[in-house]
Amino acid sequence: MTAPTVRSPGIAILLGPKWRSGLARLRRGGEGRAGRLVLLGLLAAGFWAAIFGISQRVLRHFRGVPDLGDALAAKVLAVTFLAFLSILLLSNLITALSTFFLAKDLDTLVAAPVDWLHFYLAKLTETVAHSSWMVALLAVPIFTAYGIVYDGGPLFPLVSAAAFLPFLVIPAVAGTALTQVLVNVFPARRTRDVLSLVAIAGAGALVLLLRLARPEQLARPEGFRNLLEFLAALRAPTNPFLPSEWAADLVMNWLLRVPDPLPIALLWTTAAAFVVLGAAAHRALYLAGFSKAQEGAERAVRVRGWERVAERLLVGASPARREFILKDLRLFFRDTTQWSQLILLAVLMVVYLFNIQALPLYTGERVPFFLVTMVSFLNQGLTGFVLAAVAARFVFPAVSLEGKQMWLLRSSPLDLRAMLWSKYWVGTAPLLVLGLLMTWTTNWLLQASWFMVGIATLTVALYTAAVAALALALGVLYPRFDTENAAQIPTSFGGLVFMMAAILLLGLLIVIEAGPVADHLRARWAGRGDGLGWRLAGALGLVTVLCALVGVGSFRLAVRRLEAMEF
Amino acid sequence: MIRLINLTKRYGGFTAVDGIDLDVPRGQLFGFLGPNGAGKTTTLRMIAGILRPSGGTVEIAGDDIQRRPLQAKARLGFIPDRPYVYEKLTGAEFLRFVASLYGHGGDAVERRMDELLELFELTPWKHELVESYSHGMRQKLIISSALLHRPEVIVVDEPMVGLDPKGARFLRDLFRGFVDRGGTVLMSTHTLEIAEAMCDRIAIIHRGRLAAAGTMEEIRRQTASGDASLEAVFLKLTGGAEARELSAILEG
Repeated sequence: MTAPTVRSPGIAILLGPKWRSGLARLRRGGEGRAGRLVLLGLLAAGFWAAIFGISQRVLRHFRGVPDLGDALAAKVLAVTFLAFLSILLLSNLITALSTFFLAKDLDTLVAAPVDWLHFYLAKLTETVAHSSWMVALLAVPIFTAYGIVYDGGPLFPLVSAAAFLPFLVIPAVAGTALTQVLVNVFPARRTRDVLSLVAIAGAGALVLLLRLARPEQLARPEGFRNLLEFLAALRAPTNPFLPSEWAADLVMNWLLRVPDPLPIALLWTTAAAFVVLGAAAHRALYLAGFSKAQEGAERAVRVRGWERVAERLLVGASPARREFILKDLRLFFRDTTQWSQLILLAVLMVVYLFNIQALPLYTGERVPFFLVTMVSFLNQGLTGFVLAAVAARFVFPAVSLEGKQMWLLRSSPLDLRAMLWSKYWVGTAPLLVLGLLMTWTTNWLLQASWFMVGIATLTVALYTAAVAALALALGVLYPRFDTENAAQIPTSFGGLVFMMAAILLLGLLIVIEAGPVADHLRARWAGRGDGLGWRLAGALGLVTVLCALVGVGSFRLAVRRLEAMEF
Repeated sequence: MIRLINLTKRYGGFTAVDGIDLDVPRGQLFGFLGPNGAGKTTTLRMIAGILRPSGGTVEIAGDDIQRRPLQAKARLGFIPDRPYVYEKLTGAEFLRFVASLYGHGGDAVERRMDELLELFELTPWKHELVESYSHGMRQKLIISSALLHRPEVIVVDEPMVGLDPKGARFLRDLFRGFVDRGGTVLMSTHTLEIAEAMCDRIAIIHRGRLAAAGTMEEIRRQTASGDASLEAVFLKLTGGAEARELSAILEG
């Protein structure tokens, strides 16, 4: 029998189901859809406006600085691109594991007569889209600010796109190729375990890139021997071999009218070469890796010490709540895609504390009380941001992860409030410990006053309680029951909505507290005691009420939505 | 034991279940049959309280599943067609968790769990992660979990899928034994021979509506089918034209 002539389906056909599913998700109606869209639009507009506003203000300030301004703007852009590059690399490593090795459509595609190159390009496109959309959204207001402040002209969007597209492709190819190598080389049969290695490698790369940028040198010009040395450091490339530098150069050259074709040539030829090399690596490694990724699964488990401790601690709880909490903890610590994120968290915490410690506040002179108090107050904002990010990682996906097992929960006489309550406390308790540890450690490093420690402790505790409920509620409103990888849930659309809402709440709390704290500072400065008065009490009362409203409202919303949900 | 009154489910403009009235008496094994897409799974999921009806009511032993869900669900054991369970729990941990959902815990659950695992030949796998179980083993684990709290009613969707012949035979005996002890089973299946051999009463659903219901004899009478087999009656009620076109398609 002769083999029939088969024409391999093109990339557009292979990607068809993905974008059609995306469109269907967008079109999906339902109760309160218009309201949700308006709310989302407002949140997104506010978020974009804030980034644009800050970027524009900073750039206008730079532009006003003679000699140094343009170099500073270029440096900031290079560091921004460097940060994007590190995020993209990590994000692509994680996404490629899903798109190339865990996705549900792989069995069909691999079994079908699909050309390997078409398959690679389609999956690479999918990886780029999944891993880069958030960075792309973040980049738009920043580029817009550069374009406006430096009069980029009508062609500037095209130039930005010319810089950004290859910049997105290069880390995607690198991440994909590295994932293919890891899946092949890693001796473990459990593919998902590769993620822990990926996370560690990614975190290491992130720290390395941050150190390569040496940002603290630029913040302290007095550390340089003379202005010339400072200028030289400012103008020296962060790293001339990184695509982030080329992309920043391409954009800045256009804005400063410097004719230099090298950056665009470097970017596009490197991207093209990467795709070719990536395709070759895919051809050599993919099928063996895909086969390996499906072999076997973990079987036996050891009962660990923490499980015995948790069982003892929960002895007084009802069987449903106790077993629910134990189940959630077991699933978390047995799923590498989930616990490995703790490594990243630890690395980021260390970097954060290191940065606080490195702040040049105590330079042997009189302790600048005002500065220390202000930094300690702003530190609340940063702690809040970290808490929101951690809640997005660990609390937001909680309900989505029940997805396929919802039949069991809904057909049993379990009160859904008990389930949400368990999930709330499993998320809130460690979040609160983390928040308080961060607050106390940083305030101790800053040698802040007891007044500031008190304010920060109260704010962080209230914010944690509210933001955990908010994460849970938005996780129910935007569930991802079909995901193959828990690490992808926080980077979904709903995850973004949660982050924006959480930052908005944080901003509100800071705005409410800023006035009374400033009063306190002024009073202290003028030697008029602590300045604790009705205004401060009122502000703290308002913060408490706001957090309680958000917390209780979110929880109720979550219960209502979950009860109405169908599976 | 199970009463459906004008039960309806609409998805947008599509009506999946269209005003079904059905009584499943206590102590009977009731077969729920129908072609693909007829509305069987939707109906069973509404009975289990997983889907909310667009209209009508479901009563389990007199308790409305929407108004008194906890009381109704406490009497029920549901076995879905797709055995999705927590992959990273061991079999024992999963069963302990399910027991807790029904408010049970302690030594009694441990003993019951051991009995069921022994019965389903899962004891050697008790402390192994579910992700290493085969499809059939998962199905057995879910059936064990549905029996754990000693339900009065079992609602089961396609129970034989994925089971080996020994497992399927065992399940038939299990359901029969459950019914003989006063329990009630509502079972959907595509295997008509099994339904004919096992079930006390049968309902056939087609395009969301009840086409026939009763004992085998009553259904034959309702459809004027003489002494035809269940398969013949089923094809008569649900249209067998597709089967006739099959050979034409295969021959291209």
